[in-house]
Amino acid sequence: MLRTTAAIAAGKLTRAVAKRRGGGSALPGLVAERIDPKILGHALGALPGGIVVVSGTNGKTTTTRMLVAVLRAHGRTVFTNPTGSNFTRGVISALLSEVGLRGRPVADIAVLELDEAHALKFADALTPTHALLLNVARDQLDRFAEIDHTAKLLASLAARTSTGVVINRDDSFVARSADGVTSGVTIDYFGVDASIAHRLPELMEQDTRLDDDYVVPPPGADDVLLRPVDERSLEILIGVDGAGGVLGPLELKQRGLAAMINATAASAMARQLLGSGFDPATAASALSAVTAPFGRGEVIDAGGSPLELVLVKNPAGFTVALSTYGSTPVATMIAINDNYADGRDVSWLYDVSFESLRERGVALTSGVRAFDMALRLEYDEVPVAAVEPDLDRALERFLAERAGAPARIFCTYTAMMSLRRNLAARYDLPAFGEEAS
Amino acid sequence: MSMSKGEIHVVHLYPREMSIYGDLGNTRTMTARLARHGYTPVLHQHHPGAPFPDQAHLVLGGGGQDSGQARVEADLERIAGRLGDLAEGGTPMLMICGMYQLFGNAFITVEGKRLPGLGILDVTTQGNAKRMIGPVVLSTDFGDVVGYENHSGSTRLGSGQAPFGSVRSGFGNNGEDRTEGARTGNVFGSYLHGPILPSNPRFADALLSYAVPLATGAAFEPEDLDDAFADEARTRQVRRLLS
Repeated sequence: MLRTTAAIAAGKLTRAVAKRRGGGSALPGLVAERIDPKILGHALGALPGGIVVVSGTNGKTTTTRMLVAVLRAHGRTVFTNPTGSNFTRGVISALLSEVGLRGRPVADIAVLELDEAHALKFADALTPTHALLLNVARDQLDRFAEIDHTAKLLASLAARTSTGVVINRDDSFVARSADGVTSGVTIDYFGVDASIAHRLPELMEQDTRLDDDYVVPPPGADDVLLRPVDERSLEILIGVDGAGGVLGPLELKQRGLAAMINATAASAMARQLLGSGFDPATAASALSAVTAPFGRGEVIDAGGSPLELVLVKNPAGFTVALSTYGSTPVATMIAINDNYADGRDVSWLYDVSFESLRERGVALTSGVRAFDMALRLEYDEVPVAAVEPDLDRALERFLAERAGAPARIFCTYTAMMSLRRNLAARYDLPAFGEEAS
Repeated sequence: MSMSKGEIHVVHLYPREMSIYGDLGNTRTMTARLARHGYTPVLHQHHPGAPFPDQAHLVLGGGGQDSGQARVEADLERIAGRLGDLAEGGTPMLMICGMYQLFGNAFITVEGKRLPGLGILDVTTQGNAKRMIGPVVLSTDFGDVVGYENHSGSTRLGSGQAPFGSVRSGFGNNGEDRTEGARTGNVFGSYLHGPILPSNPRFADALLSYAVPLATGAAFEPEDLDDAFADEARTRQVRRLLS
């Protein structure tokens, strides 16, 4: 315990210094972890409601926000890692701001967003009681090399979870991880209603591991299913045709099918955690109040007219984003960087169809790989008005040319960070890490 | 629109199993460039178990995961005779990453198991624990070529086998002898994703110049295409990686 106290004191000090210097969010966690490698277990091990890990390729940040909102609406106090720093050290850093020197956060339950590799590292330190497995898509193959490997990481997370898992029934990579779950651990499923099953291929990776194609089983009585009503509103059904209850119809602040599926996943996990205490009406109103995280479909008030900032990081995500926004074409800019956090290989742009942008065209491509993006668009016969690799100059020009009309920027991670910093200075927005959770 | 200069049949091998790193972009590039050059592309997606198309003037294949590779092996054995005849007859082929390995003599797994390949290219690949990942610049017969490699197999050329290019930045076949890919006649193997053809239009058009006479009996008559985006994208990568 003395060691934990020392670790927390050192971490808190680092955090104070880093904050004054405008530094990153992981360093305080690193310092604390060095002094007490078991700090996570000491700090989170005793939470009565358990430790929930949210993992998968797409939608972790949004789903975590939604799950936290639903749990809080049911009166639970929740510890979470809200800034999207989904590595173990990010979790410890988040902890440092909420714990006293004894190391116990004042919370009933922890809900943590962790990427696939770090979810397992986390499980080495502390066994998760619950795991919510979203999807497996191609993302940063530099780091994970193959999606089969990513699927294995999620399967071992499921196998190491002690109490309950919630699994995407439509994603064959994730659904197959149910086989490895320890007996006695509850398994629940979320997915989409039969009425929109035809849209799944645009969301899912092709699974070529086995000769038998994965067939989604008929839904069970406890499956939680998405049924969109129209582009903006949705219902979440518990069991076939909502025999066990219905959330909504409700509208989300974030647009599109991906956000709707995230809301469905969050509802399924909340229902498993809360049991008979889960109230569909409370959950629905909590979900409809959740704002989009930074850069994930966030709408910025750019001098009186809306500017949407949409993070794209893999083919499935970009495809969904394009279909989400396709019905409301506006001036569009695409910014592609190829730093480590973006994924250094830009080949994936050729697995996305950009035809929906053809009619309106793209005003600007930007980022380190601006010309590669322009070339990609050319092969889909999408007109590109200008190419400006420098992000600040591109933004300046884009904002000037759109003359107060609504606009949208699709961007990779580091391009988003840079653009958002520029926009924050321009329009006096809160900076990263200061986001109200 | 003037009359088509002729129909060119393009075969994409195993688009489902073997095109995980954007290699579909090579096929898209070839059909688009054929159309821009005034030809009519006819695309055949060849899936395992399906009959191989009667006409094939250009054959393309991509990279896959180990599981995808395992799923196409039986079919590849089935169509091996046809592919061998086409290669012999001068049909241009571009095989990337996993399909490049399968066009070689053999793949030796980390455990030492020997998996025979088609033997169209005289190369042998040894499975490796370490992956070779990163951006690449090559010098080739078609000028500078840029792309992105991501492979664990380490490939050695047979004694008389020509490489596709020499490595100026990156690993290439094995990270040691500075060779990348292989070329026999009009059959090319390479580890380069990116995908390779969009940003290297000179190489793309060279493949078309081999394909067209097989289809039409006449030499390739290219139009003057605007490749400004491709040239800028490529020269920027070359500058960035060699500086």
